[in-house]
Amino acid sequence: MIEFRSIEKLFPDGTRAVDDFSLVIPSHKTTVFVGSSGCGKTTLLRMINRMVDATGGELLIDDENVASIEPVRLRRRIGYVMQNSGLLPHRTVIDNITTVPRLTGVPTKDARARALELMDTVGLDRAMAERYPAQLSGGQQQRVGVARGLAIDPNILLMDEPFGAVDPIVRAELQQELLRLQRELGKTVVFVTHDIDEAFLLGDQVVILEKGARIAQKGTPEEILANPASDFVASFIGADRGKRALSIRDVDGERVVVDGDGNLAGRLTEPGAA
Amino acid sequence: MTWLLDNLELIGRLTGEHLRLSAIPIVLGFVLSIPLGWVAYRYRLTRGLILTLVGLLYTIPSLALFVLLPAIIGTPFLSEANVVIALTIYAVAIMSRSVADALGSVDPDVKQAATAIGYSSFRRFWAVDFPLAGPVVLAGLRVVAVSTVSLLTIGAAIGIDTLGYLFTNGYQRGIIVSVLTGVVVTVVIALVLDRVLVVIGRALMPWTRASRSSERSGVTRAFMTARRVREAVP
Amino acid sequence: MNLFADAFAWILNPGNWEGRNSIPQFIGEHLWYTVLAMILASAIAIPLGWYIGHTGRGRDIAVAATGAARALPSFGLLFLFVMIGGVANRDSSVMIVLALLAIPPILAGAYAGFEAIDRRVIDAARSMGMTERQIVARVEIPLGLPLLWGGLRNAVLQVVATVVLVGFVRNATLGYPIVQGIQINRFDQMLGASVLIIVLALLLDAIFALLERYATPAGVRAGRNRDHRTSSTRRRAAGGATPASTEKEMSV
Ligand SMILES: Nc1ncnc2c1ncn2[C@@H]1O[C@H](COP(=O)(O)OP(=O)(O)OP(=O)(O)O)[C@@H](O)[C@H]1O
Ligand SMILES: [Mg+2]
Repeated sequence: MIEFRSIEKLFPDGTRAVDDFSLVIPSHKTTVFVGSSGCGKTTLLRMINRMVDATGGELLIDDENVASIEPVRLRRRIGYVMQNSGLLPHRTVIDNITTVPRLTGVPTKDARARALELMDTVGLDRAMAERYPAQLSGGQQQRVGVARGLAIDPNILLMDEPFGAVDPIVRAELQQELLRLQRELGKTVVFVTHDIDEAFLLGDQVVILEKGARIAQKGTPEEILANPASDFVASFIGADRGKRALSIRDVDGERVVVDGDGNLAGRLTEPGAA
Repeated sequence: MTWLLDNLELIGRLTGEHLRLSAIPIVLGFVLSIPLGWVAYRYRLTRGLILTLVGLLYTIPSLALFVLLPAIIGTPFLSEANVVIALTIYAVAIMSRSVADALGSVDPDVKQAATAIGYSSFRRFWAVDFPLAGPVVLAGLRVVAVSTVSLLTIGAAIGIDTLGYLFTNGYQRGIIVSVLTGVVVTVVIALVLDRVLVVIGRALMPWTRASRSSERSGVTRAFMTARRVREAVP
Repeated sequence: MNLFADAFAWILNPGNWEGRNSIPQFIGEHLWYTVLAMILASAIAIPLGWYIGHTGRGRDIAVAATGAARALPSFGLLFLFVMIGGVANRDSSVMIVLALLAIPPILAGAYAGFEAIDRRVIDAARSMGMTERQIVARVEIPLGLPLLWGGLRNAVLQVVATVVLVGFVRNATLGYPIVQGIQINRFDQMLGASVLIIVLALLLDAIFALLERYATPAGVRAGRNRDHRTSSTRRRAAGGATPASTEKEMSV
């Protein structure tokens, strides 16, 4: 469980990126921060692994204040996946995936064996292991990024717009893979996006943010769709535009999100899981 | 101190000569580099050829080039033409690379938009491509100006009257003040010229009238320019 | 062409290949000054440049200094330092000047190399739990190498050219036959020495060009090739665009 208690972030240049933010992120669930550009999503995410330090309030992971954990040690037990993957360009795919295990002293052989398994897990052909990031497509790079985030088998996985830079078809594919992975692994995932459809698709808990990381509404996708808390939320989820009006229906015992035209926009529970 | 006061006239005369002799390579280098840089930018074949050639020329140490030129083009050994031509060669070496890079740095979308609204390719070059390439061209020109002023002093080694005379003469006669004065005046001229170019650049390219940060990147860019001059050399 | 024939005759004259003030001695001295100055300058400039590149501290000063250094006339500095240092310390004075002139380009190469790295790569390294030391050693140094080699290449060019001028203050290096040739009016000797200097400069530059190319981390090279490929399609589409790598480097 990750708990934000009255967190505040004032950057040295005077930007108040986060203002009195409180939230509980439950374990083994996916929590999505969604909001428009500059509202403070990345800042919130980075406070969890202390890439950014809060200037006020407390942030607890399983009741332990992160401020008391040494940043390097903290980061080595939290997976982090970012847009454009942030892969090290001078290292092959497999070396990228094994970076953290090797930093923490896992024998190279074990780390490589595990990395190959992870490549299977994220749907990467093992033949890509010796390639350099520049020789992969954007979608493949993103899969490597996810594999790297999972390499130390962390309890927490932070994902900052991980699918922001790939085309819609690949994005949909990666989203489905993530849902599958999450069913198998049950990590505590904190996911950042500004795509509301993606948020509803992936999130068990969705947190809609306004400027200054103020919570406009939080809840399950159903709750938010059924009952937008404000005009801001309504317009953000497209409820005020006829075509994009999303609603939830039961189809064959499966709960799905459909838009105003009745087209499938997303799935809330996977077939059979309901 | 007395040396300085006694020799003000000499210093003034040498400064004048220095300015005259550095102006020629800077202007000539700039003018020659526009067509050369354009050709290097436009065609893949000529690009490799031109950039390799200027890269090689740039590698030749200046004193060796001063000696080499009379043997190749038949100028008298003590002629100031050797120094002027040598420095023009360096200027062209730096500038044509700069112009080629600068033209390449212009946003292709902007160029297409200009073509779309009906610019002929010749008009487009002067009205769109070249002005937009301006900042990178200017960075190259600043490198050229400063290094020309500084390199010109070596002309004194083969008897050309420049501020370098204060070095050779001061060294032979053991007058430190003379050498020091030469160094200071040379640096001051170079830095003033650099500032002048920046000011002219701002006046001619008001859209770049810029924050401190972009000016800073100009210096790094100047470094990159100098480095990239010889990048094509195998 | 007769002049060149005379120059080559001077170079090939067996009498100039042995004893004191022989061609091999001049070449040896030239290389000795060059190598020593490069080592000296690198020992100072590389760690300093890496420090500036990693922390961003002192960057403004470094940028201003490396820019202004270009204005320094090497010829004058050489005389100035030798005169200040006195006859007994001529070699140390020369070495100080050579190193001083080599420091700015190496420094610029070292910190520009770090700055050119995509911030996201460094962010990612930090997010994985690399310590600052590990980030420097495993990410920034390898990725900064191409620009560092570029800086070293600039520096060696500057040093080789300045060592020619050392001929004015020491009876040594390939500059000396030129200086002596001017005094005794022997153009064959001057031209011969110039030819040797040019060959030496081109060779050293070629060596550094190779180092620059082959010291580039493999993945970065793979990326670069890819850039060229993408750019060539864009070139066709846009009627002439630059290689993407150029833009990246130029906007550093
Ligand atoms: N290092 C920093 N220094 C100063 N201000 C910053 C810094 N990092 C972020 N900010 C500011 O804090 C605010 C929130 O930034 P943040 O990166 O968290 O936004 P975001 O929601 O992730 O946006 P995006 O969707 O564009 O990624 C913005 O106004 C931003 O300009
Ligand atoms: Mg963000």
